[in-house]
Amino acid sequence: MNFIKKYYYGDIPEEKGAAQKQAQSNHENEWPLWEVFIRSKAGLDHKHAGSLHAADAQMALENARDVYTRRNEGISIWVVESVHIHSSNPDEADSFFDPANDKVYRHPTFYELPEELKHM
Amino acid sequence: MNSKATDLLFCTLEIADNALIMGHRLSEWCGHGPILEQDIALTNIALDHLGQARPLYQKAAELVNQMSKEEKEAAFKSPMLSRLFEKSKHITEDDLAFLRDSWDFRNVLLVEQDNGDWAQTVVRSFLFDTYNKLFFAQLIHTSEPTWRGVAEKALKEVTYHSRWSSEWMIRLGDGTEESHERIQNAFQNLWPYSGELLMASPSQKIHSDIYPSVDAKAYRQEINRILETATLTLSEEDSWMQAGGKIGNHSEHLGYILAEMQYMQRAYPEMEW
Repeated sequence: MNFIKKYYYGDIPEEKGAAQKQAQSNHENEWPLWEVFIRSKAGLDHKHAGSLHAADAQMALENARDVYTRRNEGISIWVVESVHIHSSNPDEADSFFDPANDKVYRHPTFYELPEELKHM
Repeated sequence: MNSKATDLLFCTLEIADNALIMGHRLSEWCGHGPILEQDIALTNIALDHLGQARPLYQKAAELVNQMSKEEKEAAFKSPMLSRLFEKSKHITEDDLAFLRDSWDFRNVLLVEQDNGDWAQTVVRSFLFDTYNKLFFAQLIHTSEPTWRGVAEKALKEVTYHSRWSSEWMIRLGDGTEESHERIQNAFQNLWPYSGELLMASPSQKIHSDIYPSVDAKAYRQEINRILETATLTLSEEDSWMQAGGKIGNHSEHLGYILAEMQYMQRAYPEMEW
């Protein structure tokens, strides 16, 4: 009766989530793939650093610490299971992104600031 | 009866040799880890141990160079070192690491035990890291400046080491039937080597004001905490403990370790990269 149950983000138990599809296609002993994002000391955002295999989130964080921060690259780590990352389709890049190229009226460059505000 | 300086030297070597031999054992896993990320984790840990050993060997070399010829000859029975003493040469950290024979090493027997399978390596590290966490937490308060400096840096490292090995104890213990069996066996085999960590050597007793001892109850408590979560059992709480490493009586393993580790320096003396 699972197909009529509504899942909210975060409720999805391991067996019923996207991970299940991957587990079925992979060899039983293979750990899931995780994407790693690191924030450097001087940075504001976490940047994608690479990926690794781990059995669960705790191990993924520790593996990321060992693999991607050993040369003092960062002070904060985010890990996300790769199956949970969705990306735009490169084949659709034309229709997705090109139209924005020639719409200069969308940029906030047509306002003239008064003298007093010029050095805000 | 050793001079107080000799005892201080021996105490320094106890800590340094533990780090060196453990670091060497872990480095043997390089390229052979079960999975890439763990290969890197273990070699990182090995480097941490070596990083702790170096300043301690530098301190030990300083102490040796300040000793009289008689004290030096009484402290070591390694022919290659004695040669340097005869020529009144100053020794360095490298001489201590590469020219001592096994009877002059003061590491505990635990760290020289072989790597075995992943479970055995995890247990060996678990027993050592748990001790180190408690030991360095006290060593940061010692009045001996070099030890204090090493401890301040090392405490953060061993906190992570302890986390790593404790978590693997739990994953393997509370894992599959096979992993549980392997780690239970490894634990039974290595537990008798854990006691030596808590036994003070004669040199340590002389310097008990600066060389802290770890309380056996506190150690047992930390071990039990992880064992419980890992669904592992400790059948004989007060079993007989192996000892002898701290006074230079080592197992066969150390001979093989040193043969590999010291070969290049002994075959090509004073070689450099």
